[in-house]
Amino acid sequence: MSRRVVITGMGWVTPLGHELESVWRRMLQSESGVAPTTIFDGHTFPTSFAAEVKDFSLSTFLGDDAARHDSASRNTRFALAAASEAWKHAGMCDYIGLDASRVGVYLGGGEGPVDFDPLSSAGLAGCLSDSGEIQELDTIKWVQVAEKLLNGTNELEQEPNLAGAHIAAQFGAEGPNFNTLTACAASTQALGEAANIIRYGDADVMISGGTHSMIHPLGMTGFVRLTALSTRNDSPATASRPFDRTRDGFVLGEGAGILILEELEHARRRGAAVLGEIVGFGSTADAFRITDIDEDARGGIASMERAMKSAGMTPDDIDYISAHGTGTEENDKIESLAITKLFGERAGHVPMSSIKSMIGHLIAAAGAVELITCVLAMRDGVVPPTINYEHPDPNCPLDYVPNKPKSIPVRAALSNSFGFGGQNNTLIVKAPST
Amino acid sequence: MNDRRRVVITGLGVVAPTALGIEPFWDGLIQKSTGVRRIDSFDPSAMKAQIAGSLPPYKLGDYIPKAYRKSAKVMACDIKIAVVASYLAVRDAGLITKCTIGRGESPGPTNVESQRFGANIGAGLICADLGELAGALATAADENGRFSLTRWGAEGMTNLTPLWLLKFLPNMLACHVTIVHDAQAPSNTLTCGEASSHLAIGEAFRTIGRGDADLCICGGAESKVNPLAMIRPQLRNRLNTTCNENPERASQPFAAQPHGMVNSEGGGLVILEELSHAQARGARIYGEVTGFGTAASSLSWVKPDEDGGPMARALTRAMSDAQVTASDVDLVAPFGSASVEHDAAEMAAWNKTFGDRLSEIPAMVTKGGLGNNGAGSGAIDFAATAVALHRNTVPPSLNTANLDPACRFRFVQNDPQDAPIDCAITLGTALAGGQSAALVIRKVQE
Repeated sequence: MSRRVVITGMGWVTPLGHELESVWRRMLQSESGVAPTTIFDGHTFPTSFAAEVKDFSLSTFLGDDAARHDSASRNTRFALAAASEAWKHAGMCDYIGLDASRVGVYLGGGEGPVDFDPLSSAGLAGCLSDSGEIQELDTIKWVQVAEKLLNGTNELEQEPNLAGAHIAAQFGAEGPNFNTLTACAASTQALGEAANIIRYGDADVMISGGTHSMIHPLGMTGFVRLTALSTRNDSPATASRPFDRTRDGFVLGEGAGILILEELEHARRRGAAVLGEIVGFGSTADAFRITDIDEDARGGIASMERAMKSAGMTPDDIDYISAHGTGTEENDKIESLAITKLFGERAGHVPMSSIKSMIGHLIAAAGAVELITCVLAMRDGVVPPTINYEHPDPNCPLDYVPNKPKSIPVRAALSNSFGFGGQNNTLIVKAPST
Repeated sequence: MNDRRRVVITGLGVVAPTALGIEPFWDGLIQKSTGVRRIDSFDPSAMKAQIAGSLPPYKLGDYIPKAYRKSAKVMACDIKIAVVASYLAVRDAGLITKCTIGRGESPGPTNVESQRFGANIGAGLICADLGELAGALATAADENGRFSLTRWGAEGMTNLTPLWLLKFLPNMLACHVTIVHDAQAPSNTLTCGEASSHLAIGEAFRTIGRGDADLCICGGAESKVNPLAMIRPQLRNRLNTTCNENPERASQPFAAQPHGMVNSEGGGLVILEELSHAQARGARIYGEVTGFGTAASSLSWVKPDEDGGPMARALTRAMSDAQVTASDVDLVAPFGSASVEHDAAEMAAWNKTFGDRLSEIPAMVTKGGLGNNGAGSGAIDFAATAVALHRNTVPPSLNTANLDPACRFRFVQNDPQDAPIDCAITLGTALAGGQSAALVIRKVQE
């Protein structure tokens, strides 16, 4: 008998708040977490807004323990807070029977925000002559300034595996510890592989999900230069509009989503409430082009097919699709095509929404936050909306749950994440059997 | 799990400071070559450590189809290393892929099904090309020569090429490799410092084992030979700064008088393949991966556990997964980064796990001649271990003559040692973060 993997706890830090139920309520009220950038002064940037996490303090979640993580990056703080909520939600705080060596971590954790001020100062010192002319980088000058300004601990905390390491230390997880960084697909991949680890028998409990913040000058610069971001500066709250004909790019968000995955019998033995079961996972590569998605949606379709095969399901079994739905011209069109091809006649009848319309694109953390909404949708029989949907696009002919949530029984949900460069991942979750 | 499919090693691709390609790399190990020398890719004279394991010159065009050459513009060094290693691994495995056909080396068709060919590739925190970035940042200087974010947002950033970000996303190693060879099965990017390669190879082992792919190209690559990657560990006093005049002596794993680590660049990608798939095409088999174990520290993300706890657990789990005990193991390949406190913790882990067995069997460590490149070091070790097992030959380990008295590894000093090797184990551990992973390789048993 193969081991089954269930979800027993969930926590998130999002641009709409940090508490599981209140964020969910705000999503069902079609709220937007997008506003002008405040983390840095980005008013002259071609895109001057983002979906930022607001009013966040790690001590709210960890109390005195927060001091232990004083040096942690913004990413790691989000991850610790979300993990702490998930851990509590799973009833692990009071559970004394846990075998630490059987508890692991698998995150899709992004790199910590670049320590931009010292880096830019050193850059200028290396590239400006005494008279202010731009010259080729003088590494000697650069080193002299960088040595003084850069902080070794801040640099260390940018390593993408550090969030998982902080979590292991905070929650005593001595088992397997992985970090994946498949761009926008990372936390979906993390959850899928974490489930595989439990299924194989290498762990009984996995703290899994993702965390990321690229809302810093260089992160914004990178996406602006790719022309991937919406430039609707006069109306940030309506800028993220997946599947709408007038969409003009995604909105950069930040945050974390963490789920506690647990072997079913382990959860039953300790009397934990089962919130859902991970039944399917698929991972593929487009192997097409670095900058474009295959026009026939080959990789996305293959990823969903693999997930359905591993779940023993067909499109008929899927009641809700949580879209990758970034709000770029290309993604939304090709993702819609993938669903149309794979779901056939059922395509327009399965609601598919993108919560990125409300909280922006959390990059590595996006998939985990989206999977949490799938679990809540199954619990409450209501699926979250795609807001800012005003103009139908002939290339996007499906039911995107426009602007308002929709009440519908959800027994199984499928969640897609497609990483830049062509790494695709799909998860399928099922409601707990009653 | 007894019903898992068996997984063998059929191709090794190594890009190391001493050589490119598994054959010359192995010859380099036997001849005790070093790749550690004074840095010449930038002027290091203001650095405290001015030496590194730098790659010999190579042309990317020699390893990719002509049609893909323009993509080199969006590849950081780390990505190029992975792409070169992928070609070397594919060729070593006798695979015919889109890449080898595109290079005119075979008329085709391919002998690997794209939908069954996966990738698990470890990557580091890729450093921006400082000359390019700093040069662009400088265009946003204000009248006082200070950086102005207002100017940067309005104008300065246009001095960066539109695809700038793509050079530095860690998943681009796997993306380029899968595009070049048309590998469409499960694809992952592991970013856990020095443990990345072992985690990637271990995950590929599981992926093939459960049937999600028949072959995986896996391992890792990273370049730490650039000003930012050099200054990061220097700020934390991790680098050996005492050997600028005699670089070949600088990287001394498990030394009696440790002086710290030497940065390097490089990586390895290997082909793992389901046993019957490899047999059906008559592939040369280096060995079988039979065990994978991983663990983490619950104490600190900055320092290793003094008793090497996570490393010991990873070793124990890997052996248990392989259904072997320390007495079955006849070659050990510790990581030996030459970072002072990590070497001490690693010795404790091996002593705890292997006890007296450690002084009875040969050991090998590669860092003495290569330095530590981060995410790709583990795959180089894995490849070297696989060849040692395949040839029943333990290569000498450079710079291990004066070991810490607590160190019980039996490194070979001069001539390679012939020894029947049935079972070897290799370890990787993240110097920051504490993630540790071990892999067991055996000769294929009938």
